[in-house]
Amino acid sequence: MADLTMTRPRRRHFGINVWAAGAFAAAALALVPIVTIALTAMADTGGLWGHIVQFVLPQATWNTLVLLAGSGLIATIVGTGAAWLVTAYDFRGRWFLEWGLLLPLAVPTYIMAYAYLDILNPLGPVQGVLRWVLGYSSPRQFRLPDIRAMWGAILVFGFVLYPYVYLTARAMFLTQAANVIEVARTLGVPRSAIFWRVALPLARPAVAVGVSLALMEVLNDVGASQFLGVRTLTATVYTTWIVRTDLAGAAQIAISMLAIVLAMLVLERWARRKQRFASAAQNARQMQRQRLRGLTALFAFLFGALPIAIGFAGPALYLIVAAIRRIEFAGFSNALLRATINTVSVSAMATVVIVLIGFALAYAARLHRSAWTEGAMRIASLGYAVPGTVLALGILVPVAAFDRTLGNLWHAWTGLPGTLLLLGSGAALIYAYSTRFLAISVGGIDAGLSRIPPAYDYAARTLGRSASGTLFAVHLPLSRSALTAAGLLVFVDCMKELPATLLLRPLNFESLATLLYGEAARGTYEDAALAALIIVAIGILPVVLLARTSSQPAA
Amino acid sequence: MLALKGVTRHFNDVAALQDVTLELGAGQVLCLVGHSGCGKSTLLRAIAGIETLDGGTIAIEGTPVSGDGIFVEPEDRRIGFMFQDYALFPHLSVRENVAFGLKKLARSDRANRVSDILSRIGIEALADRYPHMLSGGEQQRVALARALAPQPRLLLMDEPFSNLDRGLRDRVRHETLSIVRDLGMTAVVVTHDPEEALAIGDTVALMQKGRVVEAGTGERIYDAPWTAYAARFFSRMNVIPAKIEANMLDTPLGRFHAPALDGEPHVLLRPQSIILTESGIPGVVVDRSILGEIEELRIAVAGVDDPLIMRGTSRHDVHPGDAVEIAVKADEVMIFPQDA
Repeated sequence: MADLTMTRPRRRHFGINVWAAGAFAAAALALVPIVTIALTAMADTGGLWGHIVQFVLPQATWNTLVLLAGSGLIATIVGTGAAWLVTAYDFRGRWFLEWGLLLPLAVPTYIMAYAYLDILNPLGPVQGVLRWVLGYSSPRQFRLPDIRAMWGAILVFGFVLYPYVYLTARAMFLTQAANVIEVARTLGVPRSAIFWRVALPLARPAVAVGVSLALMEVLNDVGASQFLGVRTLTATVYTTWIVRTDLAGAAQIAISMLAIVLAMLVLERWARRKQRFASAAQNARQMQRQRLRGLTALFAFLFGALPIAIGFAGPALYLIVAAIRRIEFAGFSNALLRATINTVSVSAMATVVIVLIGFALAYAARLHRSAWTEGAMRIASLGYAVPGTVLALGILVPVAAFDRTLGNLWHAWTGLPGTLLLLGSGAALIYAYSTRFLAISVGGIDAGLSRIPPAYDYAARTLGRSASGTLFAVHLPLSRSALTAAGLLVFVDCMKELPATLLLRPLNFESLATLLYGEAARGTYEDAALAALIIVAIGILPVVLLARTSSQPAA
Repeated sequence: MLALKGVTRHFNDVAALQDVTLELGAGQVLCLVGHSGCGKSTLLRAIAGIETLDGGTIAIEGTPVSGDGIFVEPEDRRIGFMFQDYALFPHLSVRENVAFGLKKLARSDRANRVSDILSRIGIEALADRYPHMLSGGEQQRVALARALAPQPRLLLMDEPFSNLDRGLRDRVRHETLSIVRDLGMTAVVVTHDPEEALAIGDTVALMQKGRVVEAGTGERIYDAPWTAYAARFFSRMNVIPAKIEANMLDTPLGRFHAPALDGEPHVLLRPQSIILTESGIPGVVVDRSILGEIEELRIAVAGVDDPLIMRGTSRHDVHPGDAVEIAVKADEVMIFPQDA
């Protein structure tokens, strides 16, 4: 440690080391699952690995790569196009599009797939209308190709994940574009060429960040690809573990997934570095929007409304209709009520934990900006890239061992039967959520803190406040919006989380997501639509708030 | 009051401060001046305790605060710091900003202290505004009030006037300094502007590459600099090629008495040390420009590479290409050893 600190500006007197210690602890906890997978993967698999490598892995890897490429492309085109549309042009309905385009964030991939399976069913509403229009009477005479295919999965993922790109690209256009575009105009770039010559190159790092986040969602997904019959690596890990009960085999596939994850992390890091470079010339002035009228305005609106229709309105309408039918038929079941309470309470607890740890990490890095604290922050954030299935795998092993040991001790001491403390209480679930979503809170809070100039710290310190005094008097009030935003994002993500919840939940514990997954997997469409509707509805609230905060220039 | 001894600080392998030794008496204003990157801001931050030292000591009122294994946290140094961009807390009103450093006072004392300082600086009317509603000059005054409110032992100011428009800057500088002087405040001011340094510092310390090149009163450091660096920093200079022969300085502008020097001399001449005469050294006018009160002529002279710059308050009816004759005020020729 001494060597590293020597090479950087030292600030060892500045602050309390509790923060750094906390940061290292959080990083260590986040690292446990990854190390576990590596160790498990090295265990003897008894000959199954050869089978997996030969018959399962090539197809699953190919499927995964095709899915990533396809949905990434769609998310990029839709997200960037929509972001440019609402920042460069003004037309009737633009305001609605600006926040409406965020709405698919409220729809998890598995709900999107679940909804479209029914919507595009040969007997479903869309094909029914099409047949009626074309004059056919039976699905046998005319039907659309089955959505349960790679192209269906690509469209589903692309249209539900484009908001990641939309958000980052729009933020870039809003904060960066004005100056550069004005300069470009004076240098003779015509208005029509601005997007390709200036805005797109400018937004490239932001787009890359957004796409890498979207692709990590794709890699994480376990529900949608299963519903749509695409055997991805994640689905393979899941079945190898659950169906074949081959933990080591699952871990080995998981390791190969981590290679893809690593590639995306590199992309994201690269892009973020570029972005930091670009945002050095921070300027919150907005560019002059070009006013569209008449037919052009209408087309612009329709073009912008299309992703909302596909990624949100369609599934939401379907869910509402299906939910109303369900309530008329069977009412609001107790199982559903329990699942709702479970989901909200576990998510809320996890959110508190994650925001606290995130703040501690980001603040530690601010107080002692060194290779060590930055490393801790980066390691603690790794979990967001690790697919939920893989993460669950890496958490289950150590947590189960801990529970067993504790249970045995308890039994030896009291004579009472031991319980699974962490798994049984849902603590393992919160651990998994924390590892997976810590990056959102660390990243958001760190960004919020870094907008506070160090001069504020120095001013507070020279005015007699201690390091922790400065935290309460300056940093907390000034990063309140960043904290709120981080908390909201984390909450929705916990609530929507499926793969890790599926694998780590206590016995007889159903969250809304697992309830829906169970029914969809069994093909019994009962409470699922209602559960999905609740997830989407709760998911909208933070999206609305996100829309409000993201339309204001950064504080 | 403030004593710096051998203060040294490295960033990686770059020396930001090297063996800086300075003293400042109570009620005095010290001006640290130099080009950007010379270490003046680092020195200010080291005094504040925002920066640690690699060597040397800093003492305030005889008590060591940095160095020799001692480090007093910035909040315990009782210093006021004014930042270049003021660093007013955006979430607090002017009143709350000024009260920020008065946490230890009772509520009523705090309110009194705040209104005292606000009225002293003449910004009572701004008390309930927020920083983003203030002009640059108003922000500067609030920052001053905030730094002064806790009655610090020492006021540190980092480029306090550089964010102001030129016209406003002189007035605000004058007001700020008179407040500082009225309060008998000891202050260290960092600036990159030579004229500003000369105008406000009881002591001016010129820094270069982390070292103090020269320190002294403004008058002394301007009129009789010890080093060519100081001479050229504070004033536009003509560089005159010269040789020393038999105790006489031989230049294209004439022969002058020379001090005893080792090696080649470095001869400098202020623009105002040159005059036009009836019979002197011949030259050709290159151009003439009027800088308000001052007239500047550039005159090419055989043997000097660049045209000589001549400045004065009187006007001359000459045009580019005119032949003129010049003379040099012999007692104003500055002769230094070549800089290492």
